[in-house]
Amino acid sequence: MILQAKNVSFQYKENAPLVLQNISFEVKEGERVGLRGKSGIGKTTLCRLLAGYEKPHSGEVLLDGRPVTEYRGYCPVQMVWQHPEQAVNPRRRMYTVLEEGDGIPQEMTAKLGIEEAWKQRFPAELSGGELQRFCIARALGKRTRILLADEISTMLDLITQSQIWTFLLEEAKRRNLGMVVVSHSDDLLDRICTRIVEIG
Amino acid sequence: MEKKLPPILEIRGLQISFKQYEKGFSQTELEVIRDLDVCVPAGEIVAVVGSSGSGKSLLAHAVLGILPYNASVKGEILYDGEALTEKRVKRLRGDEIVLVPQSTAYLDPLMKTGVQIRKGKKDAASKERLHQIFREYELKQEVEEQYPFELSGGMTRRIMNATALMGHPRLVIADEPTPGLHISVTRRAMEHFRELADMGAGVLLITHDLELAVETADRIAVFYAGSTLEEVPALAFQSCDTLHHPYSRALWNAMPKHGFQPIPGTQPYAREMPQGCPFGPRCPKYTQECSEKIPWRQTGDGRVRCIHAEEAQ
Repeated sequence: MILQAKNVSFQYKENAPLVLQNISFEVKEGERVGLRGKSGIGKTTLCRLLAGYEKPHSGEVLLDGRPVTEYRGYCPVQMVWQHPEQAVNPRRRMYTVLEEGDGIPQEMTAKLGIEEAWKQRFPAELSGGELQRFCIARALGKRTRILLADEISTMLDLITQSQIWTFLLEEAKRRNLGMVVVSHSDDLLDRICTRIVEIG
Repeated sequence: MEKKLPPILEIRGLQISFKQYEKGFSQTELEVIRDLDVCVPAGEIVAVVGSSGSGKSLLAHAVLGILPYNASVKGEILYDGEALTEKRVKRLRGDEIVLVPQSTAYLDPLMKTGVQIRKGKKDAASKERLHQIFREYELKQEVEEQYPFELSGGMTRRIMNATALMGHPRLVIADEPTPGLHISVTRRAMEHFRELADMGAGVLLITHDLELAVETADRIAVFYAGSTLEEVPALAFQSCDTLHHPYSRALWNAMPKHGFQPIPGTQPYAREMPQGCPFGPRCPKYTQECSEKIPWRQTGDGRVRCIHAEEAQ
């Protein structure tokens, strides 16, 4: 599978300044592309477009030649967000987060270090790192082919960070997933990515 | 550097617990911070490094007296050598003691950012200072007229850092000031903290970012599951051999440039906290004695709370 952004421009509302201007970008299965750029340059916005949450103002985002927003049912492109506490419903227990995913096997949650007892808790009873593990599991359902990781580990301590990335790398290699990795840490990108793109 | 002035901030044996309802009316005390010591001398940047969920932000909130109503605090918090009472902190915070908050939700959503940073002041000097700060943080002038929801994560972060620079603080508590910031802006923010420290302020930098702490702080306190485990000069983190606590070493090994090696397990939840050393269950050197109270032990320029520290050398 190949995900392409072709000359996309984007603005959040009419007459607002363009957040992205004529950006082209692509990622294939089996590839891990690092995305680097200053804060406020539109990295998250680009991820939102790639995941099909937003339509570009001009240009197109194609998944295997078809606009990604046209896909119905489970989208093979999944995104993990920067702030896990804002990506889960605060009033539902954590096992429901896993149910939102596409058949998340028990082994995966175990490998991510998710303890059984956590599944019965509410989001407010878990730390950011623990929540992020759930969000990652949710995005890695059976039919996921491309994963967008938008600063998924900046708020985590180094040990948790390396636990999560070690798991993700292994999983990506095993399933030949494509990945887009947004991060400000050059050390991290160098270690994980097969190529690095600078935007802005 | 002058010596023997009382440190700007000294915290000894801080404990924070929360009252929680279980079923019906039965209450329990959930102890979140068990034993925290940290000392911020004038002119220095002291970093408290710990994982997420270890209670770092609570430390900042305890100093400023903005914990929620169901929290109770024990231990000593000294400011300028005197106890920081509720009355005193009310007078000082926002002026002599400033907080750079962690969550991007701390900005007033209904107030334009410029006015917010100036704290409502309209005089020419404040405006000029604001322009200067904006230039230094690479923020465009228009941002002043924007509302917080119109800003990206990194811009919000810069705005919050800017609020600390407006006044003349003596104690800056920065709670995770940099995630999501580009490296050049991060450096700039750290230079600002250094400038404040050089003018005689104390800076308490609360972060999970060890690399940042090593680069900018003078001293580092390693914090895990509610306790301080080790306190060393930042230079000690140049090499694994000058660290004494197994957790500090595990942190060092997990840095992307030092092998990116994780250790298994997670930090214990406050309700299931082990006796004695909180790192015990994950520690390769764990023995029976680790489940008792662990005293501080001097290690050259720092101190550590581990009974196996000698073997680690």
